[in-house]
Amino acid sequence: MSLTRQQVEHIANLARLEFDEAEIPDFVAKLGSIVDFVDQLQQADTDTVEPMAHPLDQVQRLRPDEVTEAIDRDAYQENAPAVADGMYLVPKVIE
Amino acid sequence: MHELSLAAIRRALEAGDFTAAELVESLLGRIEAHDGNLNSFVTVTGEQARAAAAESDRRLAAGTARPLEGLPLAHKDIFCTAGVRTSCGSRMLDNFVSPYDAAVVERLKAAGAVMLGKTNMDEFAMGSSNETSYYGPVANPWDTARSPGGSSGGSAAAVAARLVPAATGTDTGGSIRQPAALTGITGLKPTYGRVSRWGMIAFASSLDQAGTLTRSAEDAALLLGAMAGFDERDSTSLDEPVPDYVAGLDRSLEGLTIGLVRQFFDEGLEADNEAALRAAAAELEGLGARVRQAELPNIGLSVPTYYVVAPAECSSNLSRFDGVRFGYRADDPKDLLDLYCRSRAEGFGAEVKRRIMTGTYVLSAGYYDAYYLKAQKVRQLISDDFRRAFAEVDLIAGPTTPTPAFELGAKIDDPITMYLNDIYTIGANLAGLPCLSVPCGFSAGLPVGLQLIGPPFAEQRLLACAHQYQGATDWHRRTPAGYA
Repeated sequence: MSLTRQQVEHIANLARLEFDEAEIPDFVAKLGSIVDFVDQLQQADTDTVEPMAHPLDQVQRLRPDEVTEAIDRDAYQENAPAVADGMYLVPKVIE
Repeated sequence: MHELSLAAIRRALEAGDFTAAELVESLLGRIEAHDGNLNSFVTVTGEQARAAAAESDRRLAAGTARPLEGLPLAHKDIFCTAGVRTSCGSRMLDNFVSPYDAAVVERLKAAGAVMLGKTNMDEFAMGSSNETSYYGPVANPWDTARSPGGSSGGSAAAVAARLVPAATGTDTGGSIRQPAALTGITGLKPTYGRVSRWGMIAFASSLDQAGTLTRSAEDAALLLGAMAGFDERDSTSLDEPVPDYVAGLDRSLEGLTIGLVRQFFDEGLEADNEAALRAAAAELEGLGARVRQAELPNIGLSVPTYYVVAPAECSSNLSRFDGVRFGYRADDPKDLLDLYCRSRAEGFGAEVKRRIMTGTYVLSAGYYDAYYLKAQKVRQLISDDFRRAFAEVDLIAGPTTPTPAFELGAKIDDPITMYLNDIYTIGANLAGLPCLSVPCGFSAGLPVGLQLIGPPFAEQRLLACAHQYQGATDWHRRTPAGYA
C-alpha cells in the first residue's frame, strides 16, 4: 500500500514540515517505498505477544519531587534566534 | 606517536617519553595535514586541547595523574560540549553552542582525557554512510572514494587514519559498529542504560547508546571504565556496578561458547565477508572457545521493526526544533505556523525529514496499532530470540556488515538499500544488548568486521574475547596506506 500525495501533505502538516512542489513526487515515492518495506511486519504472528516497553524490562525510576537545579535563563537564551526582556520572540499570534 | 594505542600512550606519558603537549601538537598537525581530504572533523578545538594538555603535564609531573591523564580523543558532534559548537551534523544546530557538557564528555574530561575536536556524522545520527551530514560526507581512509559508514563516520575515519587514538560515538542501529567495521577499527556499543545519555542529542531514545571507536579492545575497556555508570539525570540509566574492564581482559576463552547466527549467512553476505567471518570463528576456536550454531528466527524482521520504532521516536524527539528557543530560524516568517514549518523545512536535510515523516505517519490516528504497536510486539519477539539463544551460548557472533565499504553516492538515492546495511547490527539495539565489532580480515583491500553480541552487562566478556582475538591476530594493527 503506497502513500498518496494527499496523505503525504497531511503527514507533513502534522509534522510541521513543508516541501517544495519540485521535491514532492520524489518524496511521495521514497516515503511510499519505506511504508511498503515496513509492511513486512504484518506477516509476523504477534497475537499472544505483549508490546515491548523497555529492552531490559526496567520500569521508570522515580525521584523525590525536589528542586535540584536553577535555570540560567541568560545563558540559555544566548542560543535563541530572537529574545527581548528575557522572553522568546515569535510572530504575533493574537490580533 | 600517532601509531600508539591509548594504553601505550598512557605508559609513555608516565615514563616521560613525551609530554601531553607534544602529543597534542603532533596530532593537531596530522589533522591539519590529512583532514582536508577526509573531512572527519566538524570542529577542531586546538586551543582547549593545548590548555587541557598543559594541565595534564602539570598533573603528570606532580604525581596527581587521573586515570586517562593526557589521553587525546575526539567526540562525535552529537555530544554537547560547553562553549563549543555542537552541530549534530545539521544546519538546524549549525549555530548551537551548548551551555553544558554531556555526561560522557564530563566524565572523560574529569578522568583527564584531552578533547581534540568534534567529529563529523550523519545528520542527527540518521544515516549509514555519513553522506547526510550538513558538513559534507567523510571519506574512508582506506579508499577516499568510499564511505567510512555512519553515522559515527567522522569518529571512525579519524581513528582509522591515526588522527586521534580514540573517539566517542553513538549507536542506535549500528552507528558505531558499522563504521568501525568499514574502517578497520574496534567499535563498542554497551548495554542500553550502561552509559548516560544525558547531553547526547536524542535520536531514538529507547535505542540510543554511547560507546567507543578505538584501535583495540583494550583501549575500549580503558574508556568504557570512565564512561559507564549510573547517572540520575538519565531516566533510563541503570544502577549497576562498573567492573574493572581492563583487569578482565586477560580472561581466557577456554570454556566460552560462541554461537554463530545461522540466519546471518543470507544471500546478502558477500563471499569475502563470509570467509573472513569463518576464519575468525576458527581462530576463536583455536583460542579455546567452543563455536556452535545459534538461531535467531525473527531477526529477519529487525530492519522493518527498526524503521517503525526509530522514526517514531525521532519524530517525537525532533519536535523540539521549532525555530523558537535555539537552532535555525527561517527569515521573515509570516506567522507562527510559517515559522515552525519553514524553520524545520530549511533546517533539516532530506533523510531527517523522511524519518520524521515516517515516524509521524506510524504514530498517526488510524495507523498506530498497525505499525507502532505491531513493531513493538515484533521487537519483543526478537528480544525473546536473543534470550533463548543466550540460554545456550555465552556470546553470539556474526558479520558486522554484509559488504565492505561502498562507494560514496552508491546508495544515497535509495533509502531501503541504505537501511539494509544495518541488517546484522540492528537486532542488538532492539534488544538493548552490548556488542562490538573488531577487524577480522580484508576484501579487496578493504577491512571487514566480526561482530560479537553479549547478554545484558556482558561488556567484560565481550572485551576479553575481542582482546584475546586481537592478541592472536594483527588485523586491528593494519594502517591505511598514506596514514602510517
